[in-house]
Amino acid sequence: MSKIQEAFSSGKAFIPFITCGDPDLETTGKIVRAMAEAGADLIELGIPFSDPTAEGPVIQGANIRALSGGVTTDKIFDFVRVLRKDVTVPLVFMTYANVVFSYGIERFAEMCAEVGIDGLILPDVPHEEKEEFAPAFRQRGIDFISLIAPTSQNRIAEIAADAEGFLYLVSSLGVTGERAELNHNLSTIVTEIRKHTQIPVAVGFGISNPEQAAEMAGLSDGVIVGSAIVKRIGKHGREAAPEVAAFVTEMKRACTGV
Amino acid sequence: MTNQAGRFGVHGGQYIPETLMNAVIELEKAYNFYKNDPQFNAELETLFNEYANRPSRLYYAEKLSRDLGGAKIYLKREDLNHTGAHKINNVLGQALLAKKMGKTRLIAETGAGQHGVATATAAALMGMECVVFMGEEDTKRQALNVYRMRLLGSEVIPVTSGTATLKDAVSEAMREWTNRIDDTHYCLGSVMGPHPFPTIVRDFQAVISKEIRAQIMEKEGRLPDVVMACVGGGSNAIGTFYHFIPDTGVRLIGCEAAGRGIDTFETAATINTGKLGIFHGMKSYFCQDEYGQIAPVYSISAGLDYPGIGPEHAHLHDIGRAEYVPVTDEEAVNAFEYLSRTEGIIPAIESAHAIAHAMKIAPQMDKDKIIVVTVSGRGDKDCAAIARYRGEDIHE
Repeated sequence: MSKIQEAFSSGKAFIPFITCGDPDLETTGKIVRAMAEAGADLIELGIPFSDPTAEGPVIQGANIRALSGGVTTDKIFDFVRVLRKDVTVPLVFMTYANVVFSYGIERFAEMCAEVGIDGLILPDVPHEEKEEFAPAFRQRGIDFISLIAPTSQNRIAEIAADAEGFLYLVSSLGVTGERAELNHNLSTIVTEIRKHTQIPVAVGFGISNPEQAAEMAGLSDGVIVGSAIVKRIGKHGREAAPEVAAFVTEMKRACTGV
Repeated sequence: MTNQAGRFGVHGGQYIPETLMNAVIELEKAYNFYKNDPQFNAELETLFNEYANRPSRLYYAEKLSRDLGGAKIYLKREDLNHTGAHKINNVLGQALLAKKMGKTRLIAETGAGQHGVATATAAALMGMECVVFMGEEDTKRQALNVYRMRLLGSEVIPVTSGTATLKDAVSEAMREWTNRIDDTHYCLGSVMGPHPFPTIVRDFQAVISKEIRAQIMEKEGRLPDVVMACVGGGSNAIGTFYHFIPDTGVRLIGCEAAGRGIDTFETAATINTGKLGIFHGMKSYFCQDEYGQIAPVYSISAGLDYPGIGPEHAHLHDIGRAEYVPVTDEEAVNAFEYLSRTEGIIPAIESAHAIAHAMKIAPQMDKDKIIVVTVSGRGDKDCAAIARYRGEDIHE
């Protein structure tokens, strides 16, 4: 069992996302530690990209803040290396294909292994293009996480059969960002996924409050929340850690039904 | 083992969110069916000829040729098409295809506004809803085109994210497509994006070189020595090159927007300054920094102001079949004025990049050599901006 799958072994997982370097890496470090303490089971660390085409305005804003703060892929690797001295929660990078490709896929995977990254999510690399990236990570024990969308339909079997770590189930159409209404037909998709794999399924996109988290956790193995956290960081900046920790505590509680 | 669908050498592919995958697969299936459907092709040909004013003229620019004192220059007059540019070729094809697929809504990105106007036009003609994304910066540079699109019944959404230019308009159109797929076709304006777009757009634009071939054979009884066009994403250029690719005796030249020069950061010359990367659904060359962050590019021409180039061009560059040369703002503006004065033809500032390079090479060629330059669009839209470039404060 990979370290990522272990994150799901003690009940429903809560998975927060933040963009590294928003507004600076020191703050990112404080927030990661606070989220881990508050019960985050796995943390997604975004490496900012200039043109994040799968993101809504909130996470686009975080990408701009981070890049204008001068963060780079190398600085983020250094940051994770330091973080790993005391943070044990599984960490997954979320970024775009060009960030990895331009760094060199092998070199990027090697650095991930060296600093202690457990998985990678590239929202602009679908199943058809996965094999260009996945092997370099797979051979170093890093999971290349696949996404399934409400539009995946006949593609689910193939994607699920090849899935590593966990499956990222996109809750609804569109880009990341809070939504008042979530897709209520996700359980059909989860049932379909279960026919082809036993790895955990976590739902993300649009989840912003405990009610939604409880509902999504009810039909899957975990819940991913990005924009609702990034919005708090945008508002509170360098002082965001306590605010984010309180939110993570609340959301984790909603997921586990305590 | 990379997916080989839609590859041009190493370039191309389908680097898009899972949410869009079934949409592009469905599009590819539909296209593969309709491209061989006699009914579809007959309808498209009627639209091309009766509505868009095809075939466009291949005009021997005698005065221009004499003045430059070298090769004979022919101009492929895509500027005389309905809506004033080559963009209509692709748009009529895609709109007809979308309609056959049961789509009722078109979305599009636009830079200079030519593709937006063409899409708005096709949507009006075919009774489809239309939303055009345009960088806020470009809505100011091309205010008249914004008015045109609205007049044609389209909604124009100014894009404020990123650099508020063409690349951000593409990003925003892609985001909108992931939001609404069922009834919506993304009418991409150039030979870029994920497969099958580079192939579909190329096939619809290939009418340009198909006509040039027949027209030059009729006028000169032989193939030209050089065919050339401006390149942003590269749709008029690939259309101009396509039927000459197997004829290795014909030099293919794409003219990139160098902005203030390829030794400055204010440039959009992708082949000359970019490196291999993955963006907007495709692998190709992109202007980017050492960490793969897409560079803010610059050109006086809103239509060439894009940090990437279509994957087939990237491949033609790799194998040495086509040459890609940089042309600066200043050279393009000079050509804009020069063609207006010598031939009474005001070219789009995009097309003026190709004219500028013809002005460089024609004098060095013998008088029996033949150059064909595609004038991709008309320049009326650019007059106010060029006047401002020359220090005259006119506004539309």
